[in-house]
Amino acid sequence: MTGSPHSTTVFPHRHLLGIEGLTASEITTILDLADGYVEQNRQPSKKSSLLDGRTIVNLFFENSTRTRTSFELAGKRLGADVINMSSDGSSVKKGETLIDTAMTLNAMHLDALVVRHADSGAVKLLADKVNCSVINAGDGHHEHPTQGLLDALAIRRRLGSLDGLIVAICGDILHSRVARSNIHLLNAMGARVRCVAPPTLIPSQIDRLGVEIHHSMATGLKDADVVMMLRLQTERMSGQYVPSTREYFYFYGLDYEKLAVAKPHAVVMHPGPMNRGVEIDSEVADDLKRSMILDQVELGVAVRMAVLDLLTRDRRGTDV
Amino acid sequence: MSNANARVAYRNARLLDPASGLDQRGDLLTEGAKIADFGPSLFADGVPEGIEVVDLQGQCLAPGLVDMRVLIGEPGEEEKDTIKSASRAAVAGGITAVVLLPNTDPVTDEVASLEFIARRAREVRLVKVFAYAAATRGTDGNEITEMGLLSRAGAVAFTDGTKAIASAKAMRRALSYARTFDKLIVQHPEEPSLASGGMMNSGERATRLGLVGIPREAEIIMIERDLRLLELSGGRLHFAHVSTGESVDLIRRAKARGLKVTCDTAPHYFALTETDVGDYRTFAKVSPPLRGEMDRRAIVEGLADGTIDAIASDHTPQDQDQKRLPFAQAACGVIGLETLFPLTLELVHKGAMPLLKALACVTVKPAELLGLPLGRIAKGAPADLIAFDLDVPWKVDVAAFKSKSKNSPFEDRPVQGRPLRTVVDGRTVWQFEG
Repeated sequence: MTGSPHSTTVFPHRHLLGIEGLTASEITTILDLADGYVEQNRQPSKKSSLLDGRTIVNLFFENSTRTRTSFELAGKRLGADVINMSSDGSSVKKGETLIDTAMTLNAMHLDALVVRHADSGAVKLLADKVNCSVINAGDGHHEHPTQGLLDALAIRRRLGSLDGLIVAICGDILHSRVARSNIHLLNAMGARVRCVAPPTLIPSQIDRLGVEIHHSMATGLKDADVVMMLRLQTERMSGQYVPSTREYFYFYGLDYEKLAVAKPHAVVMHPGPMNRGVEIDSEVADDLKRSMILDQVELGVAVRMAVLDLLTRDRRGTDV
Repeated sequence: MSNANARVAYRNARLLDPASGLDQRGDLLTEGAKIADFGPSLFADGVPEGIEVVDLQGQCLAPGLVDMRVLIGEPGEEEKDTIKSASRAAVAGGITAVVLLPNTDPVTDEVASLEFIARRAREVRLVKVFAYAAATRGTDGNEITEMGLLSRAGAVAFTDGTKAIASAKAMRRALSYARTFDKLIVQHPEEPSLASGGMMNSGERATRLGLVGIPREAEIIMIERDLRLLELSGGRLHFAHVSTGESVDLIRRAKARGLKVTCDTAPHYFALTETDVGDYRTFAKVSPPLRGEMDRRAIVEGLADGTIDAIASDHTPQDQDQKRLPFAQAACGVIGLETLFPLTLELVHKGAMPLLKALACVTVKPAELLGLPLGRIAKGAPADLIAFDLDVPWKVDVAAFKSKSKNSPFEDRPVQGRPLRTVVDGRTVWQFEG
C-alpha cells in the first residue's frame, strides 16, 4: 500500500498510501527523521529551504482543519509552495472528475500531492494517475498513515519504545482509518494491540489483523501502557451502532475510574477532534500528565515534514 | 454465412449432447432451422450433392449455450450494451440464446416492452433473444405485474432482476400467482437492509481495505425465508447467482424435501474470490459480492453434485464512467457473454466436472428451467449449435470483445477451449477468425 518502488534505499516508496506493507525499519526511518524536525519546530526560526521551489498541493475532498493545517505548516516550514484545494464533493461525485482532477494537477508539475477523501481507496486511484508523490491524508475507513506515525512518535518519545507495549484502541473502530493505520504500525513495531468497543463498532474479522478484541473497558484497559481513544461519530449513533451517547459514555467513555485498571504510567491519546463527555471525560483529556493529545498535534507537523522530506528526495537527487 | 434454407453437413465432429449423454464421433445434418439427423454413420455413403459440408476435423459439436441471465442497456442505457452489441458478443461466446433481465429504463414490466425487445431482436437476427418480465411493477417490490398477459406476450419467467423481492408478502403473492401460468419466479437472494451500504464481502479483506462489508448471511437469510414462502405458496422458485456454501446446502436440503426450487451461479463465483478485489479493483465489484475460498469451493461442489442447476453469465455491462471511480461509488457487475464458455470449461479442465455435465449447465438445464425447447441435439430440434476446440489454450483479451463495455475481471486470464463456430437456426452467425 505504499506505491511503486522508489530509488532511495532506506525508504523505497514513491507514495505513502498506508502503513500496511511498511517495515519496522522504514517506520523507524520516518520517526528518527521526524525527531529532528521536532527540534527544528521548537526553534524561534522554524523554516528551512529544503523544499525551496517545490510545489505541494493539499487536495481535501473532505473537511479537516487540523490535518490540512498540519500538512500546510509542514510544507511551508520546509520552504515549499503549498496550495490548499478543497471540494465540497458535489463537483467530484463523478469518477471521471476525480481522475480528471488528478490529471489536471499532474499537468502542473507538482512535487507532492496530499489527499483526503471520504472513500476508501480513492487516494490510490489518484496516485495511479500522477507522476508526483502522493500522501494519504485519510481515505474513507481505510488508512490515515501520518496519524499512525505521529501517534507512534508520541508514544516513543514518552515511553522510549513501542516494542512490547500494550496498546488499547477504544471506540469507533469500525469507521476508523486511524485505528487501521495504528494496528498495522503497532504490530510492525512489536506492540500488543487490543481493540475495545461494543460489538457493533468492531469490524468483521479484525482479529485476523493481529489484535485482541474486548467489549469491556475493564478487561481491555487492564495493564495497558497506552489508551488510544477514537472519535465517535455522533451522526452515526441514533438507533444504529449504539443506542445513545449517554449509554456509550457510561460503558465506553474514558474517565479516571476506567483508566485506573491501566498501568500507572499509562498515557491517553486521541486523534481529535474530541467529543468531550461522549468518548472521553474532560478531566482526563486535559490532564497533561496522562493526556498526550496536544503532543500528538505538535508531533504531527514534524512527522509530515519527515514524510515530505523522504518522498521528495528522489526528485531532489538526495539519497537517504 | 450460410443460407437459412440450406442443408449443412457437419462432418467429423465429436458430437456432444448433454441431454442424452451422447459423446461420440459422427456427423450432423441441419435442414433449414432444424437438426435433420445425426450419428456416427450418417454419411457413410458420402454426402449427397447440394449439401454444404463443414469439416470439423474432430472438433466438438454441441448445442449452443443458453444464457439465462443477461443485462443489457437497451432501452435506457444504450452506451453500455445494446441488443445488437450484446448479440454479437453472445454469438462470439458460443451462446445461441439469451434471456434478458427486466432492469432497463423503462423496466420490462409491460407487454409493449417485451414487444420492443422482440422487434429489436428480429432486426439484429443473431442470437435468440428471450426476456424476463418484472415480477413487481417497476421492480419496486410491491405490486405484482400482469403475469398472465406478460406470459402470453413471451415473458419466459418473472424476476426483479438485479433487485431482491424484499417484501415477504410480495414474494408470497408472486410465487402463488405465477403458479397459474407455471412460470418460474427468479430471486436475487440478498436481504437488502442487511446488505445496504455494503461494497464487498464482509471479512478480513473488507476490514483491511476499509470497505463496508456485506455479510454472507444477507444471502442465506433470504434463501431461508423464500424457501419457507415456497412451502407456503407453492409455485416454482429459482435463486440466481448463489455465492455461499450455506446457500447451496439450504437448496440441496430443500430439493431433497421435494420443493420445486432451483438455482444458478455465475462464473465469477467459482472462478474468483474476494481476494480478487485486490487494491480496490472495481471490476471485481459484483452483487452478490465475491466470497472467500471456502464458498468458492462449495459452489464448485454444488455444481458437481447437481444442486446448482445452471451457470449463467450474469452479464452486467458498465461503462468506464461507472467503474473508474472509488470502489464505494463504482457500479456492480461484470461482462460475461464472451467468458461464460471458457470459464465453464475451466471446471472440466480442472477435473471438477465431466464435460457433458458442465455443458448441461449452460445448455439444456437453463432451457428446461425456463421451458425453452433448446439446448439439445435431437432430430427436429432447433439447429442451435456450437463447434468448439476443447483444448486450445488462449488468454482472455477483453479489448477484442464485442460487448460495448469492457468491465471484465478476467483480462489476460489463461483459459483453455474456445468456440469456433456458432450456428443459430441453421445459420452460421459467427466464426472464429484466428
